[in-house]
Amino acid sequence: MATASIALRDSAEPLALAAQGGWRSIKNRMMSGLLFVSFLVVMVPLLFVLMAVVSRGAKVMGWSFLTKDIAPIERRPGGGVGPAIVGTLVVTGLATLLATPLGIMGAVFLNEYSAKGVFGRIVRFMANVMTGVPSVVMGLFIYVIFTLTFKQRGVGGSLALACLMLPIIIRTTEEMLKLVPNYLREASLALGTSKARTIVTVVLPAALPGIISGALLAVARAAGETAPLLFTIGAAKSLQINPFADEAMTALPLQIYSNASSSFPAAQARGWGAALTLLLLSFLFTLIARLVSARFATKR
Amino acid sequence: MSSPALDLRASKGGGETGFRGLALAAGAFVLVILGAIAIVTTSKAWPTFRLMGLDFFTTKRWSAIDHIYGATAFIFGTIVSSIIALLLAVPVSIGIALFTTQIVPAKFRKPVTYAVDLLAVIPSVVFGLWGISVLAPKMDGFYKLLNRTFDGIPLLNKLFGPSAGGKSFFTAGIILALMITPIISSLSREIVDTCPPGEREGALALGATQWEMIRGVVIPHSKGGLVGAIMLGLGRAMGETIAATLVIGSSPQITADLFGAGNSMPAFIASQWGEADTPTKSALIALAVTLFLITLVVNIVATRTVARSQLRSAGGR
Repeated sequence: MATASIALRDSAEPLALAAQGGWRSIKNRMMSGLLFVSFLVVMVPLLFVLMAVVSRGAKVMGWSFLTKDIAPIERRPGGGVGPAIVGTLVVTGLATLLATPLGIMGAVFLNEYSAKGVFGRIVRFMANVMTGVPSVVMGLFIYVIFTLTFKQRGVGGSLALACLMLPIIIRTTEEMLKLVPNYLREASLALGTSKARTIVTVVLPAALPGIISGALLAVARAAGETAPLLFTIGAAKSLQINPFADEAMTALPLQIYSNASSSFPAAQARGWGAALTLLLLSFLFTLIARLVSARFATKR
Repeated sequence: MSSPALDLRASKGGGETGFRGLALAAGAFVLVILGAIAIVTTSKAWPTFRLMGLDFFTTKRWSAIDHIYGATAFIFGTIVSSIIALLLAVPVSIGIALFTTQIVPAKFRKPVTYAVDLLAVIPSVVFGLWGISVLAPKMDGFYKLLNRTFDGIPLLNKLFGPSAGGKSFFTAGIILALMITPIISSLSREIVDTCPPGEREGALALGATQWEMIRGVVIPHSKGGLVGAIMLGLGRAMGETIAATLVIGSSPQITADLFGAGNSMPAFIASQWGEADTPTKSALIALAVTLFLITLVVNIVATRTVARSQLRSAGGR
């Protein structure tokens, strides 16, 4: 098998194997170096972005920035992101409650009931396609189907985020279910346990750490989404906790967006502050995901 | 569900069918959502499609006051910025995938992968904020320099036209490239990883250098999957909204000037929604339907390509 692919190469000199330091070896070093450079090329802007967020965000960061209402006048300094933090937590939390059980059940269907079935294959394929639906389309869809009739601003935002999280949770959960060894299922079934009970008491607990960390990564992703919230939750300046009310809420990404498009330095400073807050929140979720999966992993 | 473990007949009980049904419904929900997106948004966009007909796709002008809605400039902006993003991101992403799987010593593999995946954790709007207040002003000077350098050289003086303050197709392309790099590179990594170690070792045993092994074995093996990964990246780049809104310049024009301001479909929808009246909202939704269909086609083809290449390598070739 391998010889076939080697014979196809045009430049090989099969007999010059000992030629260390020859053209082939130089070329090898050059290309390896180039691959390393491609890694550096991405690290440089990543570090620039992180440094800019930390250094500029730190200027306004503080307890009062985290707790105060949104600044009423754009060009003046002061104000904070209190309502936005609460809004992000409430809307993302509700989205998680909606998407996680549904996503886990979807993955159970794909892996336990229809692993090779035609319908299962269609669903798996479409779930993969669904991860690529633009967030702006998802936001407009929820606006038309939900917000226009029900007016519950926060719930609308949560629904849009839940639709974006759902395929991610299905995918990661299915990967985790695949890793559960078959003998666990067989042992449980051999004891006379029903299939549903086997899934709930044996398969899902065995895959739990992976499922939780996958869900938390989806949460971190959803918390940073802006476009779906733009059409659904509005732009409040003061605290609004109840997602079921016909009252505008706000969220951290929305605050970053509106401040980024402003030309006033004070507003831009608040934008960087909100960006730092959002990044810290995302990293917190990611950290919890790692801790949770590590803790469950050692328990078993 | 409270049946004792030895009651074997309980396995055909109501709880069993109920649970199965629940799982089936959850799986089917994905199809329901995708279908509902297509139907609901198209029905809301219908007044615009009725008003404009196929001219919607070929008209350059968009004027809410005159009720003329043409999508061409936005489709153009979406495609141009996404292609720039791909040209920048693809070599780098595949380079990273090869670097992490073939070159890096095993103990550094995880940290390197984490570092690249960190890019995916940064929200789109934070990239947008960085793009508008750090990158765009810096790029403005660079664009002006390129413009002066290539002034008078045919073709290039059209591409490297006058800079419009740094917010442009090209700046949007850079930001989009940063956002799709982790997606393309993590997918490529998975694909490259399926290359059988026996073939790789065989190549090395025959005296091939590391790079010759990559070129002769790894790349031919993964070609199909890599094409799929690139297309998934293209789909993401076209749908990316907020970062593009902030840095593309918000001026719907069709121009060869890469450094000029433009606009893309998602960016225009996001920026205009706030002050749009009812017919304009319908037109914006029509734009979203167009975007949905384009990304749907790209994603379906891409997912098929990736799945097929994975199937092939799973079958051991």
